[in-house]
Amino acid sequence: MSGNPIGFESSDRPVLAIEDLTVSFDGFKAVDGLNFYVERNEVRVVIGPNGAGKTTVLDLICGKTQATAGSIQFKNRELTKMREHEIVQAGVGRKFQTPSIYENLSVFENLEMSFPRGRKVFGALVFKRTAEVVERVEAVAREIFLDAQLYQQADLLSHGQKQWLEIGMLLMQEPELLMLDEPVAGMSVSEREKTAELLGRISKGRSVLVIEHDMEFVKSIAHKVTVLHQGKILAEGSMESVQANPKVIEVYLGH
Amino acid sequence: MNAAYEKILGGKSGLLGLLILAGLLLVVFPLAFDIFRLNLVGKYLAYAFVAVGLVLCWGYGGILSLGQGVFFGLGGYCMAMFLKLEASDPVSTKIQSTPGIPDFMDWNQITELPLLWQPFHSFGFTLLAVLLVPTVLALVIGAAMFKRRVGDVYFSIVTQAIAAILSILIIGQQGLTGGVNGITDLKTLMGWDIRTDSAKLVLYFVNAGLLIGCILAGRFILGSKLGRLLVAMRDKEERVRFSGYDVASFKVFVFCAAAVFSAIGGAMFTLQVGFMSPSFVGIVPSIEMVIYAAVGGRMSLLGAVYGTLLVNFGKTFFSESFPELWLFLMGGLFIAVVMYFPNGLAGLYQSHGKLLLSKLAGRKRGPVRNAAPPAGAKPPAAVAAAETDIELPHGSLEASK
Repeated sequence: MSGNPIGFESSDRPVLAIEDLTVSFDGFKAVDGLNFYVERNEVRVVIGPNGAGKTTVLDLICGKTQATAGSIQFKNRELTKMREHEIVQAGVGRKFQTPSIYENLSVFENLEMSFPRGRKVFGALVFKRTAEVVERVEAVAREIFLDAQLYQQADLLSHGQKQWLEIGMLLMQEPELLMLDEPVAGMSVSEREKTAELLGRISKGRSVLVIEHDMEFVKSIAHKVTVLHQGKILAEGSMESVQANPKVIEVYLGH
Repeated sequence: MNAAYEKILGGKSGLLGLLILAGLLLVVFPLAFDIFRLNLVGKYLAYAFVAVGLVLCWGYGGILSLGQGVFFGLGGYCMAMFLKLEASDPVSTKIQSTPGIPDFMDWNQITELPLLWQPFHSFGFTLLAVLLVPTVLALVIGAAMFKRRVGDVYFSIVTQAIAAILSILIIGQQGLTGGVNGITDLKTLMGWDIRTDSAKLVLYFVNAGLLIGCILAGRFILGSKLGRLLVAMRDKEERVRFSGYDVASFKVFVFCAAAVFSAIGGAMFTLQVGFMSPSFVGIVPSIEMVIYAAVGGRMSLLGAVYGTLLVNFGKTFFSESFPELWLFLMGGLFIAVVMYFPNGLAGLYQSHGKLLLSKLAGRKRGPVRNAAPPAGAKPPAAVAAAETDIELPHGSLEASK
């Protein structure tokens, strides 16, 4: 990069660059010297057996867990030094494993809550529901198949719809990196198909990082698959190449 | 009917509730009570400021402060210092060895007005101090605690410790604060004798007006996006944080708001009762104030006022008739609230009273409902949030929070 003029952003520079990332909990290395890159417009799926460190990697990226060593660069900004809400404002959105929505609020209010305005105390006090906000909420609601439930209280939604709602809340923030922890867990077959279609649509113009166990679903969405095992990358590549990898078969797919 | 419609109905009954409370405070009480009793009610209503603040920070923000007496006391002491200086003019204190300083300072062999007291000659400064001293303290405590993610019961313990520290400090610095007796013998406010019946009446109305003002301010906060964020934070703090909000700053804000309300109450208390002492600062009064909010319903700004009045009427009645029983009764009441009706009076009204009321007074409520401002162009949910009080969704209300 040293030869490039200032401000030049090489198109092959990954959006997310994780280098030598390590985190240890009381000596146990949940993530161990991880090197991991995500490109723009890419849908990347991370798979691996339980305890491989998948969720921990997401926690590290979004600031929930502090790294012991290493760096996480997002659009050339170092995330390990930033606080959670700053990371979100920099353009990283994260969906949790169990749907994390505001059950007492309506679908509309849930989505509105993530509208990237009025994020400071004073801003929130004077925040007004303008036409722009309503328009955006309605657009996102259509995208996540919830336009008919817009004024329903969120706890009345089905499990799958709650998952979509949380994805919708992330979309409201227009993140450049979207991280989804098991987005189709507990979903019916038809809901899975719709979710795959949704991910295909929303991955345009942003990168999506997904943790998932459902291999059929992974096949249908992944551009590239990374297999984690004991905090390290075991294999990386297309779904076919990963599935054919004997090491992967041994630790993960085999049983 | 859909949920949004229900919420609008709730919003209108919220307005109705405010009108009823205003009628009670501004018309019924002044007509029904003699000035002695009215002054007593005024004293209770000064506590209600604290309870209203607790609804914001405890009910909605999930921050249980067991040290609101600190802010009540600071507001009260700031006001008392001004009044005391006015009462200690050189003429009326000429028998002291140092005339012109408060009497308790003279008793403590202090010969010069301490620097801390100097600015309280100015009424403007005093008003500013009433509002700012507690806010700044709340800001410091809040920032120190919430930025470090100290929450729940740990926060409660810290606030309780602060209440203990402040009351010990006040008692220990006798020459500066009047010690355990407090600041007594307050007479005039800028030449206006506050001990007369007419002054007490005026102060009662000022107090009631300010209280309604605080309730409206509370509704504004709860009706804004900030109010929804508070509820969201209480139930799903992580989600709010990872939606790009600095959760700590919102907690600090609502804690400061509660502190300001308490301080206004403290200042009005001093004016109406004519003294301020450390017995309104420490742990016991702070916990009593939490009980007011709990009994009234910690999710209801109006309920907090009723809770305060009810507990204090009860306290006055029982401590006059069966003084030794009162503390047990109070303890029992708190246990009952926590175990059987966690949403207090407002919760009871929600679950039982409303039905009864609509049966009894269905016709009477009609015209008042029409008097509510039209919803205008705002989407239904926004109106609901702006006018909702006891109607806001309650969510997970563990008694421990």
